[in-house]
Amino acid sequence: MSTSKHAPIDYFSPAEWFNPSESLESKVKRAKEQLDKHVRDIVKWHFSPETGCEFWLEKAKSYSFNPLTDVKGADDLHLFGTFEDDWLRGGPISRWVPKGFAGKPVYVFETGGTTGLPKSRMVIDDFRIDYEMMSETLPDKHFPKGSNWLMLGPSGPRRLRLAIEHLTQHRGGVCFCVDLDPRWVVKLIKARNIEQANLYKEHCIDQALTILAGGHDIKCMFTTPKLLASFDEALRAGKLEEKYRSLGKKVPPGGLRSIKAAGILGLFTGGTEFTPQFTREAYEEMLDNGDVYMTPTYGNTLMGLACSKPIGPHDGFKITYYAPQPRAMTEVVDPKDYSRKVGYGETGRVLLTTLTREFFVPRFPERDEGEREAPYERYPWDGVSGVRPFSELAATTVVGVY
Amino acid sequence: MIRIPALRFGKEYTSLDKAQLVHHVTGEPVAEVSQVTGSQIARDLGQMDRARQILADIPMADILGMYKKAADYFANAKLPCGDTELDFDGYVRNLSATTGSPMVFCRRNALKVHYVLENIEEVIGGLTRGLDPEFFDKGFTTRGGRMQAFFPTTNVFGAVLPSNSPGVHSLWVPTIAFKMPLLLKPGREEPWTPFRVLQSFIKAGVPPQVLGFLPSDHSGANDILRLCGRSMAFGDDRTMAPYRNDHRVEIHGTGYSKIIFGDDKAPSWDKYLDMLVESIAANGGRACVNASAVWTPSHADAMAMGIAKRFAVMKPRPWDDPNCEISAFAKPEVAEAINNMVDEGLKTPGARDVTLEVRGTPRLVKEGRIAYLLPTVIRCDSPEHPLANKEFLFPYASVIECPQDDILHRIGYTLAGTVLSDDKAFVSSAMACSHVERLNVGPLPTNRLTWDQPHEGNLFTHLYKQRAFSQAAFTGSK
Repeated sequence: MSTSKHAPIDYFSPAEWFNPSESLESKVKRAKEQLDKHVRDIVKWHFSPETGCEFWLEKAKSYSFNPLTDVKGADDLHLFGTFEDDWLRGGPISRWVPKGFAGKPVYVFETGGTTGLPKSRMVIDDFRIDYEMMSETLPDKHFPKGSNWLMLGPSGPRRLRLAIEHLTQHRGGVCFCVDLDPRWVVKLIKARNIEQANLYKEHCIDQALTILAGGHDIKCMFTTPKLLASFDEALRAGKLEEKYRSLGKKVPPGGLRSIKAAGILGLFTGGTEFTPQFTREAYEEMLDNGDVYMTPTYGNTLMGLACSKPIGPHDGFKITYYAPQPRAMTEVVDPKDYSRKVGYGETGRVLLTTLTREFFVPRFPERDEGEREAPYERYPWDGVSGVRPFSELAATTVVGVY
Repeated sequence: MIRIPALRFGKEYTSLDKAQLVHHVTGEPVAEVSQVTGSQIARDLGQMDRARQILADIPMADILGMYKKAADYFANAKLPCGDTELDFDGYVRNLSATTGSPMVFCRRNALKVHYVLENIEEVIGGLTRGLDPEFFDKGFTTRGGRMQAFFPTTNVFGAVLPSNSPGVHSLWVPTIAFKMPLLLKPGREEPWTPFRVLQSFIKAGVPPQVLGFLPSDHSGANDILRLCGRSMAFGDDRTMAPYRNDHRVEIHGTGYSKIIFGDDKAPSWDKYLDMLVESIAANGGRACVNASAVWTPSHADAMAMGIAKRFAVMKPRPWDDPNCEISAFAKPEVAEAINNMVDEGLKTPGARDVTLEVRGTPRLVKEGRIAYLLPTVIRCDSPEHPLANKEFLFPYASVIECPQDDILHRIGYTLAGTVLSDDKAFVSSAMACSHVERLNVGPLPTNRLTWDQPHEGNLFTHLYKQRAFSQAAFTGSK
């Protein structure tokens, strides 16, 4: 068990499940008990007048059930119906702040917002907790403690920028960031202005190369699939070497024409663009057959951060994600009947539930679909693989722009 | 089912992402084609300086010999096709199965590709206007005492290819003879011809490191056009609009090819009826050199009726029928959309579907999971009618009456134009007309090509640029 400065109701060490001598069956049973207890605790927090937020306390008045007495575990969450993300558009943001946290400094993280109102989520410590939990799953060999990181991803009012910076600081390093406005990229793509979109991408990559050439001893990085491919392309085209020369620095022997040669040991990535083929390409062709470690994750502003089983040729480069239970859970359900989980290996829509003291999101139908996966010994609960845009929405959604 | 890999410049690559091709009539799976990503394309392009050097080191005489062998293999050998081997007939059968183009068209087009392979010296002689092939070994040559020197504009030639017109493959076939590495992105339904030509080259001794067969999606196609120093692409006006001003990309789009009568020949139009029908309908009427309009100063009604009577007897036939004259649409919704566009145009007064009047049955024919569009002639009262200057993916032509003196001013862009007139002044005006690319004077169908004169673009001038070059001997040096 790791030691954490966070309250036991908030922090759940992934290491709890690392014990190889406990059977999977036993872990599955314990995980379910832990989840049910956590559901009761969190529902009690959000629906008690002393600790709950204005939004849920108001909402409860319309319920024909009593959340404090009728919700005994995860199987009762269906009583809340489904969460509508439109509830998160517009203010006041204060209606989401639990009274139990009154007076604490609050962040707002946004998602969407290219046109119209973005969805806003209030956060106090959740992003730190999520990323500290995730930190326990990173192998130190590839993400050495004390290493500096490069954050090549979206900036602005987004969780990622602060979260990666916190992850780095939590591991004893310093995080270097680029400026990247994904809303502008979406606008360019919708206007079919591909040339400008490509120029903007080059601008982002150039910022990353400048950081790498700056002598900051960067060993780890976060990026997205599209930026990873562009970053690799730039390195192979000798752009980092050019940057060194333009700064009057000597190019090291052996050159700087790959992610490995640039000194990166570990790569933390995220996004629904991770198809098995892209993962294979990244592993084989960008990361020197796995010499640079890559750990894909699936997350968003509403949920925490789902980790993946180790990827590689042993599993056909399949990516299977497991939510940070009990703080969040994913279910793969029949798109026409959210109360029915599909069978293992079958395709369904991803239903997301967030269960933290800061934020309660019961049963939100994500914009993604995937296959339901069986519990795994490090994550003894249901997972989801093959995550991709939900086919019924895919035609109208612009995803993976950065 | 045949599993076709990508060819990544010397390495066969089976992807986890595959496009499944089905038989257009039965829906049965025919092939699975490995797809690569734009970033893989970019990575492979990083090797092109080395690939070009490999080609540069091969004497031109050897390369020309390889073409001769490749021509023989293409037409006669069993060649690898993924996890199987195909003879020429098997190749033609698969090509027809996945594209919907009848076997008889596929065979005819494949023979065009064979012709270019077989007669590569004639073809490159035409493209270079007689440049001595020694240039490709030395970088310069002399003719009539004049220096002729050129330098390559790129280290690879990329071709983003269509699925609907196998004849276009003859356009990129000379690339290797110009000592230029070749990257092909096949059309989704037509991997067959590019793969077979590359296999013919490889069997004939062309190093695989200079040949890329990289099936990909639209994004991959854009990466090819973005990253290759020179490329060609096929597509409609809208698709190609972003590249309209990019000199690195040779665009092959809509042709708006035309037959143009002078005052003197219009009255005897029926003498040229065979030529009119061939120009409009040959090979399913899908090529950019198929005529899509007939302009005449007189007799337009009679001409439209004459063509319509010939078209009215053309019927859909099974894909393997040697008398096939019409291509099927493997995606019936495409045929339906085109049919709707024609019908929408007819709502504007001043045009009538003459074929419909003669045939008495609708243009759109649906059969099982496929559809056909029957050949169509529209008589337009004026050049302004929305259907007067249209090109569709089936045998279609408008017939427009217009005074001879106005015709050349009003026809607009014309990829291939045939002028039927003995009027010297009119012919002279046609010779000077800047919006006609390929010009035929006399009864020559618009779709007949001459291999030593490219009708659209010139691969040699696309890949090489003339340079001033002098050299002098060093004196006093040891």
